[in-house]
This record gives sequence, C-alpha cells and structure tokens, in this order.
Amino acid sequence: MQVPAPFEYERATSVDHAIALMERLGDEARVVAGGHSLIPMMKLRLAMPEYLIDINDLTEELQYIRFTEDEVRIGALTRHQQLLESDELAAVFPIFRDAEKVIADPVVRNRGTLGGSLCQADPSEDLSAVCDALNASCVIRNTGGDRVVEMHDFHRGPYETAVIEGEMLTEVRIPIRPNSSSAYHKVERRAGDWAVASAGAAVTMDGSVIADGRVGLCAVGPNLTNVQPISDALRGQAPSEELYATVGQIAADNANPATDTRGTAAYKTHLAKELTVRSLRKAVERATGQA
Amino acid sequence: MEISMNINGDDVTMEAEPRTLLVHFLRDHLGLTGTHWGCDTSNCGTCVVWVDEEPVKSCTHLAAMAGGHRVKTVEGLETADGLDPVQEGFIQCHGLQCGYCTPGMMMTARALLDKDPDPSEEVIREAISGQICRCTGYSTIIRSIQWAASKERETAVSLEGSPA
Ligand SMILES: Cc1cc2nc3c(=O)[nH]c(=O)nc-3n(C[C@H](O)[C@H](O)[C@H](O)COP(=O)(O)OP(=O)(O)OC[C@H]3O[C@@H](n4cnc5c(N)ncnc54)[C@H](O)[C@@H]3O)c2cc1C
Ligand code: FES
Ligand code: FES
Repeated sequence: MQVPAPFEYERATSVDHAIALMERLGDEARVVAGGHSLIPMMKLRLAMPEYLIDINDLTEELQYIRFTEDEVRIGALTRHQQLLESDELAAVFPIFRDAEKVIADPVVRNRGTLGGSLCQADPSEDLSAVCDALNASCVIRNTGGDRVVEMHDFHRGPYETAVIEGEMLTEVRIPIRPNSSSAYHKVERRAGDWAVASAGAAVTMDGSVIADGRVGLCAVGPNLTNVQPISDALRGQAPSEELYATVGQIAADNANPATDTRGTAAYKTHLAKELTVRSLRKAVERATGQA
Repeated sequence: MEISMNINGDDVTMEAEPRTLLVHFLRDHLGLTGTHWGCDTSNCGTCVVWVDEEPVKSCTHLAAMAGGHRVKTVEGLETADGLDPVQEGFIQCHGLQCGYCTPGMMMTARALLDKDPDPSEEVIREAISGQICRCTGYSTIIRSIQWAASKERETAVSLEGSPA
C-alpha cells in the first residue's frame, strides 16, 4: 500500500492566502491542484512536503478561459476536461483539443490542471509542448505582485520552472494572431498512456509563406518544447513537403530520447521527425483553410 | 484532522490523517468496501467514485480534499426504486466476470449516461478508457451500458407518453 508521508493540510481561501502561506512555510510547502502528478509522487515518497496547500477552492480566481481582442487567458486551475470541451478554444487553437483528447484518460482529465501540468515540468507533459508552440507566457504571482515569463524561460529543465519559493502560477496567456493555426500528434502505447513521443506545431501565414512557425516536442528529451532551429528554418518559406521533411530532420537531430519501456531511442527519434511533419502539415492546412 | 463530507446522501464526519487517501477513507474508515482498490497507481480505475457528480480516481485523491463535497460510491447507485439501470445492465449482459473492475466501471457509466443518454459505442469506449478490465474483453461492459441507456430512453418515452 502506497501512502504519502505525513503532512499538514490547509485549504487556501484566496490566491493571496496561498501565497502568504507559502511565503511563511518556505520550501516545506507545496501547492496541490489536481494532484494527479503530486499525489502519485507523494505516494512513492518522491515528494514529501510538510505542508500541502490545497488550491482547489479557488475556482473564481483561477479557473477560466477568457478571450480578449488579441489573447486568450487561461486560469492555472483550469482542468484538462475544460480545455478539451471548450469550442471557443478549439476554434482559435485546435492544438488544445488535439492534445487533450490524448492526454491521460477522461477520469484523470476531470482533475488534472493546466497549471499543474506546466509546473510539474515533466519532459513528457503534453501541455508544455502545446503552450510553447503557441508562444504562451505565464503569469507568476508573489507577495510583490505579478510577473510575466515567456514559456521558453518558464521551463528551466526537467521538473524545474521559473516559479520559485513563495510564488504561484496563476494564468497562461496566449497571443491570438490572424491567419494562424496549430495541430498536435502523439503516439502512445495504449489509450491514456504518456507519449512515446509527440509533436505540436503552430504557424502564422503571410499570404503563401509561413511568417512564423513553432514546433514543440514532448518525451524525446528535456527543453524541446520549442525547437528554435525549426522556427528559423520555417520563417519566410512557402510550405511544401520538402520543407516539412527538412524541419522533420531538424526535430530528429535535436531529439535526445532514452530507450525505455515505451520504445527505443531510434524509434522515438523517428517519431520526432514524422510527428513534426504531420503536425506542421496539419497546422498549415488549417491556417490556409484546407482542413 | 476532522473530515466531513456527504457520502451517498448522508453527512459523515470522521477523524483521519491528512494523508489518508479517499479510497482508504471510504473502505477502511467507513467500511464502504464496494469501492475497490487495485493498481494504486492511478491507472486501473477500479477505485472510481464521484466527487460532486464527477468521476475521479479515489486512490489519487485525498480524503481531506473531498471534505465539504458530495461523494457518491457504488453503494449509492441503488435507490428505493431498486437497482440503477446500469447495475441491471451489468446483470443482463454479463458485464462482469470476477467483478474487480465493476464498481469503477459502473460509476463512470452512470456519469456518462447522465450527460449523454444515447452514447455511441465509440463514446462509451472513450469514457471507460481509463479503466482496466482483465476478464471481459470490454464487449459485454459496453453492451451493459448500452442496455442501460436504451432502458432509460424507453422509460423516458413512456413517462412522456403517460397521461398527466
Ligand atoms: C494515469 C495518468 C496518466 C497521465 N497521462 C498524461 C499524459 O498522457 N500526458 C500528460 O501531459 N500528462 C499526463 N498525466 C499527468 C496529468 O496531466 C496531471 O494532471 C498533470 O501532470 C498535473 O496536473 P495537476 O493539476 O494534477 O497537478 P498537481 O499534481 O496538483 O501538481 C503538480 C506540481 O505542480 C505544482 N503546482 C500545481 N499547480 C500550481 C500552481 N498554480 N502554481 C505553482 N505550482 C503549482 C504542484 O505543487 C506540484 O509540484 C497523467 C497522469 C496520470 C495520473
Ligand atoms: S486503484 Fe485507483 S486507479 Fe487503480
Ligand atoms: S470483470 Fe474481472 S476485471 Fe473486469
């Protein structure tokens, strides 16, 4: 039987309350959102916080998907299921629905949150690749107020983020750009499993050329949520199968997967290439009204 | 700490450590052993119960987090009118063999039919995709859920058609 080590439990009544608690309790305290990464880690004693601060009551402050003229703002406590079901979100960023359909299973999706996924910073976390492909930024709050961190600065390494002691992730902001679309492809061993490998792509078109393109890889090595050389190779180019093959190769060259029970390094490298091609192709088709 | 919640319509208060998982709170503290405990790793779904009408894996949920909420377990499916149509469906269509996965399957099925009274096979398969059955090969589980769905639709139609 797996049971977490003892801890003290407290429910936050507001974001400010949660931050005050963390400030006071220091690195012995952890926030719990959906708990679907943290509780399994606590059961395995890979995490042994002395205080657990439950933020699940903070739905008014932290659970929303809001659209403004030029960006979407998503609260950190927004659950996978809500991201999956939002038609408005799927219309602007179809990559979210593509990914959410294959993140975990429906019961896990009832609990897991956007904020928890990004803060967990597991290199296999699908939403990290999604948010980075969309060039999102993260709003981090501490007692001094909010600071906004670009996605590529947010992830500092496997299981490491820009959120430091006494801080919380409150919101993710994603810019809305015209003539843009996105897509996500994942290969999993069985329904509900973590990725063998996956890739997400987002493109902005300028007439017949790609003005801006971003690709994020998942489960094929750390810090690949946005592969910068791919963006460089895409800029100003007309989409073609040759171009996709070229950037697919860049994805494969940057991938650094490990052989494990989900597959060999060679297979995952192949997937990094193929899934990059498929996601880019789909994103361009969508952005140009062909899909 | 003192943990209070509403379980299957009854208010319950119980002393338990904050680290108590909901599945153990239900089974060991309250003797509600209908909820099963299987993989202990959030994968098999036999521990599924509802928290505020939503299926969750109770091995990955602290009892403390469920405090103040409504919890429903397989024991709460049956009403004064008899078995829930989902339970009947599992009987009619052999939706179980060893029965290990059954409580979780039925709780997910009930939640699905509350949202979607006429789910396609594909929708049913997706709904139970986070739950593992090592016996039935799933076909009879799907048929059981379809049986419950059609029985409920028939009942709904006959209620509509009955004189006021
Ligand atoms: C069976 C299973 C299968 C899964 N499959 C997949 C999959 O295929 N793909 C995938 O991407 N994920 C998968 N997951 C993970 C799932 O998406 C988790 O829900 C997610 O990783 C964490 O979200 P959470 O809200 O549960 O976070 P929690 O477990 O509550 O927290 C995770 C970490 O983030 C911190 N944290 C949470 N919220 C905040 C915040 N607002 N500010 C600061 N820190 C915070 C916590 O302190 C903790 O360190 C799976 C999980 C399970 C159990
Ligand atoms: S015991 Fe909870 S998912 Fe298996
Ligand atoms: S009936 Fe035996 S595991 Fe499903």
